Amino acid sequence: MKATKLIDTTKCIGCRACQVACKQWNQLPAEDTEFTGDYENPPRFSPVTWTKIVFREQEDENGNVRWLFAKHGCVHCTDAACIKVCPANAISHTEYGTVKIDPRRCIGCNYCAANCTFNVIGFDRAANVARKCTLCYDRITNGLIPACAKTCPTGAISFGERREMIAQAEKRLEELKKAGNVKARIYGLEELDGLGVMYVLGDAPSSYGLPENPRVSTAAQIWNVIFKPVRAVMVLAMIFALWVNKSESSKVK
Amino acid sequence: MTNHWIDYRNSDVFMNIGGNTAENHPISMKWIEKARETRGAKLIVVDPRITRTAAVADLYVPIRPGTNIAYLGGLINYVLENELYHKEYVLSYTNAAYLVSEEYDFDEETGLFSGIQDDPDRNAKKYDRSSWSYQTDSAGNPLKDPSLENPQCVFQLMKKFYAKYTLDTVSKITGCPKDILEESYRLYASTGKPGKAGNILYAMGITQFTHGSQNVRACAIVQLLLGNMGIPGGGVNAQRGQSNVQGSTDMAILYHIIPGYLSAPKAASHPTLADYIEKETPAPPCWWSNKPKYLISMLKAFWGEHATADNDFCYDYLPKLDHRDHSHIGLYKYMGEGEIKGLICWADNPAVTGPSAAAKRSYQSKLDWLVSVDIFENETASFWKKEAGANPKEIQTEVFLLPATASFEREGTKANSGRWIQWQWKAQDAPGECKADLQIAYELFKKLQELYAADPNATFPDPITKLKWDYEGEDGRVDIAKVCKEINGYTVADGQYVTNFVGLKDDGSTACGNWLFSGYYNNDENPACQSRIKETEGIGSNLGWSFAWPLNRRIVYNRCSADLQGNPWNPELQVFWWDEEGKLVKNLDIPDWPGAWSFEEAARFPYIMLPEGQARFFSNGMVDGPFPAHFEPAESPVPNLLYPKATFNPVSQRWYEGHLAETEEERSKYPYIMSTYRITEHYQSGIMTRNMPWLNETMPELFIEISEELAIELNIKNGETVLVESKRLLKNGEQKSIKAKACVTKRLKPMTVNGKQVHVVGMPFHWGYCGMRKGAITNDLSPSVGDANTTIPESKAFLCNIRKVG
Repeated sequence: MKATKLIDTTKCIGCRACQVACKQWNQLPAEDTEFTGDYENPPRFSPVTWTKIVFREQEDENGNVRWLFAKHGCVHCTDAACIKVCPANAISHTEYGTVKIDPRRCIGCNYCAANCTFNVIGFDRAANVARKCTLCYDRITNGLIPACAKTCPTGAISFGERREMIAQAEKRLEELKKAGNVKARIYGLEELDGLGVMYVLGDAPSSYGLPENPRVSTAAQIWNVIFKPVRAVMVLAMIFALWVNKSESSKVK
Repeated sequence: MTNHWIDYRNSDVFMNIGGNTAENHPISMKWIEKARETRGAKLIVVDPRITRTAAVADLYVPIRPGTNIAYLGGLINYVLENELYHKEYVLSYTNAAYLVSEEYDFDEETGLFSGIQDDPDRNAKKYDRSSWSYQTDSAGNPLKDPSLENPQCVFQLMKKFYAKYTLDTVSKITGCPKDILEESYRLYASTGKPGKAGNILYAMGITQFTHGSQNVRACAIVQLLLGNMGIPGGGVNAQRGQSNVQGSTDMAILYHIIPGYLSAPKAASHPTLADYIEKETPAPPCWWSNKPKYLISMLKAFWGEHATADNDFCYDYLPKLDHRDHSHIGLYKYMGEGEIKGLICWADNPAVTGPSAAAKRSYQSKLDWLVSVDIFENETASFWKKEAGANPKEIQTEVFLLPATASFEREGTKANSGRWIQWQWKAQDAPGECKADLQIAYELFKKLQELYAADPNATFPDPITKLKWDYEGEDGRVDIAKVCKEINGYTVADGQYVTNFVGLKDDGSTACGNWLFSGYYNNDENPACQSRIKETEGIGSNLGWSFAWPLNRRIVYNRCSADLQGNPWNPELQVFWWDEEGKLVKNLDIPDWPGAWSFEEAARFPYIMLPEGQARFFSNGMVDGPFPAHFEPAESPVPNLLYPKATFNPVSQRWYEGHLAETEEERSKYPYIMSTYRITEHYQSGIMTRNMPWLNETMPELFIEISEELAIELNIKNGETVLVESKRLLKNGEQKSIKAKACVTKRLKPMTVNGKQVHVVGMPFHWGYCGMRKGAITNDLSPSVGDANTTIPESKAFLCNIRKVG
């Protein structure tokens, strides 16, 4: 099943219940933050912060002020830069189409974090691994919806089969257009061949701190082209090394 | 609330005024969203600041803090002027047609009503309310003019009263641009059309003013004019800020009431049971005519076998009030004067949440002992420590900490804003020696009884030693089921549960701790408060889910959902069906009238708790006026534009000399309007949430929100630390201040008030010197001055100054 999380920013009230639920379910420790001038915190993604609400204040030429909220985090791209650049094949698509980092394979090179289109991967220096939202892989494989979706009080976060989520997004878009919101749009339908976290936006993506035209960077593409064959060799070498290692251990026994 | 949370889905227009639903009641936004999705409902948010609720509003209306009555008065005037009111409703269900005494008067210079008198005890004024009455015929029945043309009828008096609240004047007072004002009036007045539902939802931004109760009255007047009371999707809906604060009010946490909203007896006017009953009991069919049954059943619950007809059911044992105000502000004043020797602070942290908190903390050193019942050590209990700025050597108060349980570590009921009394099962055991509140109360009082019984010199021990306190379970701990039974009520002879309060008697044959709750727990097998049946179709009443007081009724005054003939205003949201003989054949809510009444009789008396049975535009129930009049807050940078000689609410008690910035010179020293509030990430005094790292991470420090314009004026950069001052921190000529981080934002704008620019700033109040994250106490700044009717402190509008550090 191809699964998708749908975030409807037009229903988001910025309460950050999702942010706290993520920490709680994944048992991620709190960061020691400071108030730096607005409601947004922690300031950036990290190995212990996988999602957060981004707050944006905007004022138009008539002095009308808007305060926009959007949940940011890994959007589980189909065309995922992190997968492309990972030299250890530690990042892959799961059976749900979500993007998963295998910490046992991760070699701590940090290329995924450096190349992430959305800047949502944290690098754990102590453990030398990259960490990010798993779309609650442990929950969804056990028939539960992700913790953020479960806790959202307004129904701004939904989770389900991709086709259903697309239908829901399209229905909502129609409602918003009917109510006069001409800027409303769906984000993540086509972007990067489809995002596992899709949005209904009330305005342009940049208003919510999202890239207008998300792309895998040229550097990441080049990396992928040059190192792909080499990576295969590396993997073979690694399997061989593991086999040798295993044989050695057997001998010891 | 007159309605309930799920009923929000039935509204066509919401007016969120003086409330911040998205931040402080986030779950309810689900139902607002539902109404928007399914009904195309609109959300108006009236607030000085763009909050997270305003951010998702269809229309944001900025008004200066403390000008709600001007805003709502303008709406009343707009509705009357443009004849947008619900005529049939107003004529049928309100006192619009009643003729008011010729003695009634109002002075537009001073803002004073007839009957004004000095009240030197309270350093304020008071009213003799006798002129705020109806003209009556020889039998005492009110005279009416159904044409609504008589100049003495309520309708005409109201029209005259609010005629001054024009768009221009209201715009000048509130600082709200005229076009936005008018757009909001037009949108909300659209619910005056029969079949449309307007919902006023509010919270402390309506109540925490020296005229807070009149703010609520103004909301009620608007709702009555538009026919929005007693209907699905309508109502005056107070969104309570704590999960069981509704329940604690129902159970008489306030000093002036006893359980079930009966007035607390006063020494002067209610010395005997007969006096109380005579003065407090209106004639039937007003439902309060049953008051003696409720009082006597309560006395039987309290004193059991000792309460007999011969001794007035132990009425003498009930404490009687003196003439003084014993609310929070009064309590601390008397404490500061050395009158109060001991204090039990139960799940309360007034050292952070009380007004003028710095002074309050110093008053606590006058106590011999202080008991704090909480899940963490809080600021109130630590007031004597160095961190509190105190010198421990100088403080002799003995402090006891009783470790309590968090809500999921105990069982019991919580009453929500919609009056639903819901059972909550225990999820896990509490750590260490923590005990449930009920267990603490049980053991504490048992010990008190022992001590009083053992003391031969005890003065008047009977009310304590004879109190019925037999809730012990088989394991020696308190048995909550026994307490629930006592609250629900039972017949004394056989101990059988009463079904509901209709079964209560005034002869001592029934006992009931709180008549309003009666029915919530009337059997052992499946008490209503534990029932969990979700509605599959209907209007959202969910009658099988928990129990709502009174009698499981979800929308009070619900006879008004239909016209005199019983036809619903909105057929899609029909509540009652009658057959041709006028017999009720189907109902989606519990009727708010006695079962024996026909629908016609019910329609004559839809507001059954009032003696006249009809809702009041004009009321003698308030101490400070029959109509809400605009008064400035106690501290305001501008004079009253409507009533030039008026100060702030004249009936509000002046507690302390020199407490307020009132002179021109003082106002210039503290030029900015401060409003205090809560944020989603923390709760109340913060003692629970500041010990939760995940929440501290999201909102780590105290901040002050200021506009970009004021930041430029004061050369303050976003995120830098600033000093905030008020008159409360001026001691012996020395001005103290508190520190906060600047949150420079577009969400606050300078306001133009009668041509003068004023700045509004705001601060949350969740920090203190205990817990994992600490910060200054915002309430050190706020004044100890309160509403004339309730004495709720004026935390939403007072004056301050801001300075850059260094």
